[in-house]
Formats: sequence, structure tokens, C-alpha cells
Amino acid sequence: MSAEHTQSGAEILLRALKDQGVEVIFGYPGGAVLPIYDALFNQNAIRHILVRHEQAAVHAAEGYARSTGRVGVVLVTSGPGATNAVTGLVDALMDSIPVVCLTGQVPTHLIGNDAFQEADTTGITRPATKHNYLVKRPEDLARVVHEAFYVARSGRPGPVVIDLPKDIVINKAPYAEPTVQHPSYRPRTEPDLGQIAKAVALLKQAKRPMIYAGGGDITAGPAGTEALTKLARLTGFPVTNTLMGLGCYPASDPQFLGMLGMHGTYEANLAMHGCDVLLAVGARFDDRVTGRLNAFSQGSRKIHIDIDGSSINKNVPVEVPIIADAGKALNALIAAWQASDEPTDKPALASWWRQIDEWKAKDSLKFTQDMKRGGIIKPQYAIQRLFEITRARGRETFITTEVGQHQMWAAQHFHFDKPNHWMTSGGLGTMGYGLPAAMGVQIAHPDALVVDIAGEASILMNIQEMGTLAQYRLPVKVFILNNQYMGMVRQWQELLHGSRYSETYSSALPDFVKLADSFHATGMRAQSVDELDDVINAMLDCPTAVIADIAVDQAENCFPMIPSGAAHNEMLLGPEHEASGAGITDAGLALV
Amino acid sequence: MPSPTDTTQRSATISVLVDNESGVLARVIGLFSGRGYNIDSLTVAPVDAAGMHSRINIVTSGTSMVIEQIKAQLDRLVPVHRVADLTMDGPHVARELALIKVVGTGEQRVEAMRIADTFRARVVDTTLGSFVFELTGATEKIDAFIELMRDLGLAEVSRSGIAALARGTRVI
Ligand SMILES: Cc1ncc(C[n+]2csc(CCOP(=O)(O)OP(=O)(O)O)c2C)c(N)n1
Ligand SMILES: [Mg+2]
Repeated sequence: MSAEHTQSGAEILLRALKDQGVEVIFGYPGGAVLPIYDALFNQNAIRHILVRHEQAAVHAAEGYARSTGRVGVVLVTSGPGATNAVTGLVDALMDSIPVVCLTGQVPTHLIGNDAFQEADTTGITRPATKHNYLVKRPEDLARVVHEAFYVARSGRPGPVVIDLPKDIVINKAPYAEPTVQHPSYRPRTEPDLGQIAKAVALLKQAKRPMIYAGGGDITAGPAGTEALTKLARLTGFPVTNTLMGLGCYPASDPQFLGMLGMHGTYEANLAMHGCDVLLAVGARFDDRVTGRLNAFSQGSRKIHIDIDGSSINKNVPVEVPIIADAGKALNALIAAWQASDEPTDKPALASWWRQIDEWKAKDSLKFTQDMKRGGIIKPQYAIQRLFEITRARGRETFITTEVGQHQMWAAQHFHFDKPNHWMTSGGLGTMGYGLPAAMGVQIAHPDALVVDIAGEASILMNIQEMGTLAQYRLPVKVFILNNQYMGMVRQWQELLHGSRYSETYSSALPDFVKLADSFHATGMRAQSVDELDDVINAMLDCPTAVIADIAVDQAENCFPMIPSGAAHNEMLLGPEHEASGAGITDAGLALV
Repeated sequence: MPSPTDTTQRSATISVLVDNESGVLARVIGLFSGRGYNIDSLTVAPVDAAGMHSRINIVTSGTSMVIEQIKAQLDRLVPVHRVADLTMDGPHVARELALIKVVGTGEQRVEAMRIADTFRARVVDTTLGSFVFELTGATEKIDAFIELMRDLGLAEVSRSGIAALARGTRVI
């Protein structure tokens, strides 16, 4: 480069990050990114958090992003650094989380030579990202960084990779100010008012309405979640949330029917099945939600608000598609609803609520806890107590989870009144997500309580991050529901494979108390119900990171359950149902 | 509203205007292979003087719900400017170019030449024992020509895949 540029590519990179408002990077060094680490060493504006595995760096960035609404940033080296990050990238892609991942690359003249630690990172991550870049010319560097942030956060957000050859970050490069407009990528955010009018006409006529809201409403920010609550109040319609949407509507509100889907409540699923007008907001009719497609909400006329046009009419045909930002669309709906003097069918709505209340009375999330001294802890009870005790303490609380039964019980029994306080791996279902995600949340909210509700199998998938917690004194609480099984897989084996528990017993588990100790954290254990509250209280009082090993009932299964391939009204409500194998067909067996 | 129960397959000619940057074709092809869509024909080339934009023409087939999904998926790729379904949006012209090598002597060779004349194929290379014909036209016309050459010493075929535009004043 010519002499007029005085800054190296690495310095330009950091300047661009700073101009994008980046305060924290989650990363792990290596040969190809040494110049970037050198530039990081010489500045104080951006904090670097050294993780213990690159997958964890991405999950930490996801936790950071989901709890703040900002873009999470990752920095990893070439080759294995980049390939280790791939699971995290796909996780962020599936859950629409804005992440920018900087990957080192061998120098441009070596690309394609099978050089040491070379991997075709843009090739490998193409289907794992929303978009990716390989920077080949120093003059593109700053522009690409700005563009990457724009792409990551706009429209339906997602992960973006920038692959940085070593010579590009060493050589001098010019700076460019943040771009305002992208040449081709300009996702539509404003709703079509004609469609809004059609939607309001349908909603006004509804006799058995239902609002089904997902993660997209949270992505839309406070405007999205406040508008949803306002619309629900205005209409008096029932609301259900997807796993990703929990918190976008207050769980304590009487109009809330709980989560829907495979492990959703009886009332939410039957209301979906029986409604006559369905308003979907930032949700994508995922197979975990719909059950058997040809039996899904057959009698309803459907309105679907989504910022991603490809999510509409993908699985379920809808009558009124609205491609827009959820907040803008909902506010337009509210305005049109208020402007319309069309009457609503109040008696029909009242009888719909009577029907819903009957379903609610089934109390589909009930469980029985033996309260006697020495009684085995039910996993649901452990979460219920964790919820009640944290709520009573009143501290701002964020929950992350791993993947399995504990995740579903957390979704059912921990209740969220606010968005951005619940982070779980929804689309990809990545075991090992919860601990690094909690780390990212704690970095963003140093004074808040952050709990990873974990399973004993999942937690081992990124347990090395206990080291990161120690290094940065992050007081994350790991609350393990230890059933000594890969419980969710065991449950499927019990229900669908004749109780042949092939390879799902968690043998040779570590002593989690000692493990905590060796990572400079505090370990504790509850063996029976009488010890539970003390352990929860001790955990919440503890100033350090904690692993709380909660021994829970090994045989407990997660209900209600809509088996794969079954319809919403073919739900298994509890153990008394499972022997019948109701609703499970051969076709269902082939599904995941 | 496309119906999921409608299982009739249709063919669609889709044109996509993209930024002419590296990896853009891989993105489009990866989308098709990753989601199990068919590609029956594919062409790509820069279409402006500065070489900033390329046009990709894809012939695909599927139910109307799948084709709507393909268009929506293409549309959300970051370097994609515009997606047009030429089959649905009105009449369009689609042409392809083929080079066809026919090897033979005597009466066969004369007959091949005669048929080439009626198809308005041009001879772009010739030796005493071979012709290379150049033929442009609709896919069916080229198929028909190749079929006729089969008995007349057809040796090798190279086809461009289709280029397509909407009829009339419409542009994508
Ligand atoms: C990386 C990864 N590998 C495998 C799976 C499949 N899987 C889903 S749940 C589960 C068991 C999880 O066990 P545990 O963490 O103990 O949770 P539990 O179900 O017992 O609460 C497995 C293996 C997965 N989701 N992610
Ligand atoms: Mg377990």
C-alpha cells in the first residue's frame, strides 16, 4: 500500500469495530491472528475475553447479543480455530442471533496451497452463516467490517464471518467510515397497509382467535414486545409463545397460555388446534411447534408477520402474509384495529375463553413432589424452587440452558415477564450452549444473576469454560439437574424404542463439587428434597461461580409431549398415557 | 396462496440479478443443493459494462409452494438484487446455444448437413470426416436437432444452458 496510510490492517480493523460500538470480543489467539492480538494489546477501548474453546466464543457472543440486543463479536485463528467455531455459527444462524466472527486466514499468496492451518473457511461457513467475506484487498477491509455489522443486525439477524488473511492485517490499509446503505441488501421493514387492513378484518371477525409469537418479536426490540402486549390487551386474545419467544409476552399475564409445541401446555396446543384465526408474529411454524403438518390448526385462517419472506408459506400456507419488522407491523395493526368500527364477536370470545379455561384446568404441567425428608427431588420442583426463590429475592435474573429435558422443564417452570432474559439453543439444540452463553450474558450484565440450568451430560460439552469464569471472576451459577442420563434421549428410547437404553446412561461422571473446586469455583450438592432450598440459597449467596449438582429423579419424563408425527390434539399428558404409545406412527418414528 | 396439497410439478425459469463478487454462484448453487431443489439449467455472466452485476438464469422444477420458497430463499441472499420468475410474470423468451459435433462420411454427412440447413444451424468447424454445428434456439428445438443427429454420427454435445428475458418492455 502507498505511504499515505499509516495504520496496519489490524489497527484499521479495531478502529472499525470501535466505530461499530464494539466493547467486547470473545476470542482465542493463534498464528494467523497474531497481528490482531498485537493491536489489541496496544489499546484499551475493546475488551478481549479469552475463552477456552472457539465454539464457546461464539455461544458467549450469542449470550451477549441476546441479552443486550447488540451484535456479539468473535475472533478466532485460521484452520482449527475457524472449524471449532462452526457449531456456534450454525446455532446463531438457526436462532437468528447477530454475531460477527473474525477468522484468521493464511496470507493471500498461500490460499489454496494447503498451507499450515489453512481451511477453506468461507467455503465451510457459507451454509453456516447469513453471509461471509474473504478480504483480499486492504482497501476493502474497513468497508467489509461495516457491511458485516449491518448485515448481521438488519432484517432477520444472523452470523457473519469475515475471513482475514494474515498479510491483510499486517499491511497498511486505508480507513472508511461506517456505511449507511448496502448496495443490494435492504430488507423490508414497513408493513403493507393493505395487508394490515385484511389482517384486522380477519381478527375482528374471529370467534376463536389465537396469537402465536416467537423469537422474531424479541429481535424487534422493545417496540416489538410492547406492541404485542398492547395488542393482546386491546383485543383480549389469548397468547402463546415458542421456546425462542418466551419473555416477549409476560408469563404472569392471565392471557398467556404458556409455551406451545412438542412440550408445550395442553391449553396452548389445543387452542392452536381449535382456533379460527391465527396471528403468527416472528415465529416460523417449526416442526417442533406444528407437529404433524397436515393436522396443524386446520380450521384457522392465518396471518403471518415475519421480516423474512422465506419463513412465510414455507411449512404452512397463510392467507395474509405481512413481511415487516414485528414492532412496526404490530403497531400498524393496533392503529388499524383502533380506527376500525367493525364490532368484535364478544360472546364468541367469552365462550372461547371458557373453553381455554377448561383446558387450563387440566394443569398439564403438574407433577408430584414427595416432600418427606429424604424424598427424591423432582426436576420440575427444583426449577420451580429456583424460580420462586430468585423471584422473591428480586434481583435481575438471566437464565440460559443446555439441551435436553432440563431445558424443557426450565421453559415450562421458569417464568419470564421480560424479553432478553432467557437464552436457549432453540433451532440447533446444541448441548454445551448454556455455560458459554451464560458467560457472555454475565460479561454484559456484571451485576445480574446469571444461571445456566444444565444437564449432567450437556455441561461436559463446554465444561472447560469454568476456566474462563475463574479468570474473569464471573459469578455464573451452573444448576445441574443430574438425572445420570441423557434424559431426553432416554425418554425417546422409553417411549419409542422399547426402553432399550442404548448408550444414554451417564457413566463415570466427575464429582462436580470437586470439579468446581479445581476450577476455583464453589461446588455444592443437593441429594434430597430437604436439602434443595438450602443449596439454592447458598448458590445465590455465593460471590463466586458455582456448580450446584442437584440429584433428581432419574426416571422422570418430560410431559406434556406431542410425539413426532402426531397432531396437537394427540398429546401425551403423563406417564399414564405413554404405555399406549398414542399417536406414534411408523412415519413418526422416522422423524427427529 | 400456494397450496401445500397441490403436488403438481411445474417448471420455472428464474432470473437473478446479483453482485458480481466471488462466491456468489457458490451461494446460489449451495442453496439449491442444501435444500434439495432441482437445477435443470444454469447460466451466469456479467451483464453490465462495468462488470458489477451478473445475471443468473436458472431453470428449476417443483410444486408451486417449493418454487415460491426458492424465490424467497434466493431473494434473501445478501448479494442478490432482484429475483424474477419469468414463467409466472408473463411471456418470456428463452434461448440456448449448442455446439454439436457430428462425425461421418458419405450419405450420412450429406444428410446431417441438409438437416442442419433446415434448423438454420451454422457450421463453425469442418474436416473431411466431421462437422461442428452451432445452433441457437429454444431448448426443445436443440433437443430435436440432437435427436436427429443421433443416427448420423453424433459424437459430442456442448450446451450453454438458457438465457432468458421477459417479452415486451418489462425488465427485472
Ligand atoms: C451436541 C449435541 N449432541 C447430541 C445431542 C442430542 N441430545 C439431545 S438431548 C441429549 C441428552 C442431554 O442430556 P443431559 O444434558 O443430561 O440433559 P437431560 O435430558 O438429562 O436433562 C442429547 C444427547 C444434542 N442435542 N447436541
Ligand atoms: Mg441428564
